[in-house]
Amino acid sequence: MAITKKEVEQVCSLARLELSDSEKDEFTCQLDSILGYVAKINELETSNILPTSHPILLTNVLREDKVKESLPVEEVLANAPDAGKGHFRVPRII
Amino acid sequence: MDYEAVIGLETHVQLKTNSKIFCGCSTNFGVSPNSQTCPVCLGFPGVLPVLNKKVVELAVKLTLALNCRITPNCKFHRKNYFYPDLPKAYQISQYDEPLAIDGYLDVEAVKIGITRVHLEEDAGKLIHTQEGDSLVDYNRCGMPLIEIVTEPDLKTPHQAYEYLTDLKSILEYLEVSDCNMEEGSLRCDANVSIRPVGQVELGTKTEVKNMNSFKAVERALSYEIERQIKVVQQGGQINQETRLWDEKKEITIPMRSKEEAHDYRYFPEPDLVPLEVSQEWTEEIKTGIPELPQAKRQRFIEGYELPSYDAEVLTANKSLANFFENTTKFYPKPKMVSNWIMTEVLGYLAEANLDISQSKLTPTHLAEMLELIDSGTISGKIGKEVLPEIFKTGKSPAEIIQEKGLVQITDGDEIVKVIEQVITENPKAVEEYKTGKKETLGFLVGQVMKLTKGKANPQITNKLLQERL
Repeated sequence: MAITKKEVEQVCSLARLELSDSEKDEFTCQLDSILGYVAKINELETSNILPTSHPILLTNVLREDKVKESLPVEEVLANAPDAGKGHFRVPRII
Repeated sequence: MDYEAVIGLETHVQLKTNSKIFCGCSTNFGVSPNSQTCPVCLGFPGVLPVLNKKVVELAVKLTLALNCRITPNCKFHRKNYFYPDLPKAYQISQYDEPLAIDGYLDVEAVKIGITRVHLEEDAGKLIHTQEGDSLVDYNRCGMPLIEIVTEPDLKTPHQAYEYLTDLKSILEYLEVSDCNMEEGSLRCDANVSIRPVGQVELGTKTEVKNMNSFKAVERALSYEIERQIKVVQQGGQINQETRLWDEKKEITIPMRSKEEAHDYRYFPEPDLVPLEVSQEWTEEIKTGIPELPQAKRQRFIEGYELPSYDAEVLTANKSLANFFENTTKFYPKPKMVSNWIMTEVLGYLAEANLDISQSKLTPTHLAEMLELIDSGTISGKIGKEVLPEIFKTGKSPAEIIQEKGLVQITDGDEIVKVIEQVITENPKAVEEYKTGKKETLGFLVGQVMKLTKGKANPQITNKLLQERL
């Protein structure tokens, strides 16, 4: 097995997903097959190849330190499920 | 058994730019909530962050001053966590390839290693309401930050305090940050553990957060070290945890956290390309580095022949150091200038809560006043009265002395008149002096000063009074 049910539970909790027990079994099985497939890449000799963090060979895309206009606050809050006093309002999480 | 502490500090510093790190929103402080936000810093789908060039320049400047090695090819990572202060649900930060590594800072002749310096964006601000919800302001989201991480080289809370003071001074000299703790542009967390003296292996550490001044860092560390020693002495074990400093109660308390095992699932930020700080660029930035506090201190000791204490006080702040140097150009007696700055000038500034650069006193003012004292036009005591007037009005010392009639009385005849008056009014003191109680002279001189409002020349007064008696 490339992944255990326990690891799936861990991933669920990090992603704030609640799965039923049968779903956990199902996804463990599916993820295991995906990981097994991707694991094939481990068969390649890569010790002399640098990791690719970006597919385009480009560096230093920079902008000058110039201030641009921000969004009007009404627009900023337009899609907020709840707002108040110019703020986004969210349930309290500690 | 004796225990020693091992301390490492993580300092977050907001870089002084006009716009945010990845978008063009302004970095102004104190504006209305969410008025400095845009689709990029609000994390709307499909937007692209673009790195601010000034951020890189300021950060490189600092890493050079901290003797770091700049990573020729560094990358950005996403640090994933869910919290309402982070609209994208990840913070763009740096992970295994930070901007710079392996530096050091000399703190009171002890080399404190700098593990790494990395760039990242700040998160938003939450206000928890009494109704049980939270209000979110994303103005701070995307503010450019650098995080400076030390090796666990610090041994005492006081050393941690000194390190922060020196770091702040460098940041100010370089003009890379405002270093305003109240506005959150400088924040510090501490990792601390204890071990029996002589043991090489490190103890379990705790992370202490929520300190809002350097003194608070020192106090929190002192408390935490004592707490850990007590736990171990009573046979307990230290839990690896994050603790919050409670400034009012002066204790640290464990932070409540559902997700204690941090799993940030860092992965390379695909929206940003690698950053390559070339040798040429580094050299160019290097030319913008001014003389740093330690070098200046040394030069003040050697060049102006100042005691090291004076040099340290004068160089703690760049504008003060400049003020001192400019004053000595007009009045080349460095120790005298230093004395006046350290006592009178700094005293006034502290009371008014001002920086020298914000005050009306100029180097020419101070130099002129010291000349007036040297030439006997006013006494040193009167000088101390003139100074606050300059601060208040910005007028020249000569003008103030003229206006207030503070010119010193050196005319013997005039002083003798006052002496006569003092002698008539204080027969008892005169009698005492004559019967051998010589210290009464001081009292009588004081009376002359009182009547002349401090304007009588003290040496002449002393001499004439002794002659008369």
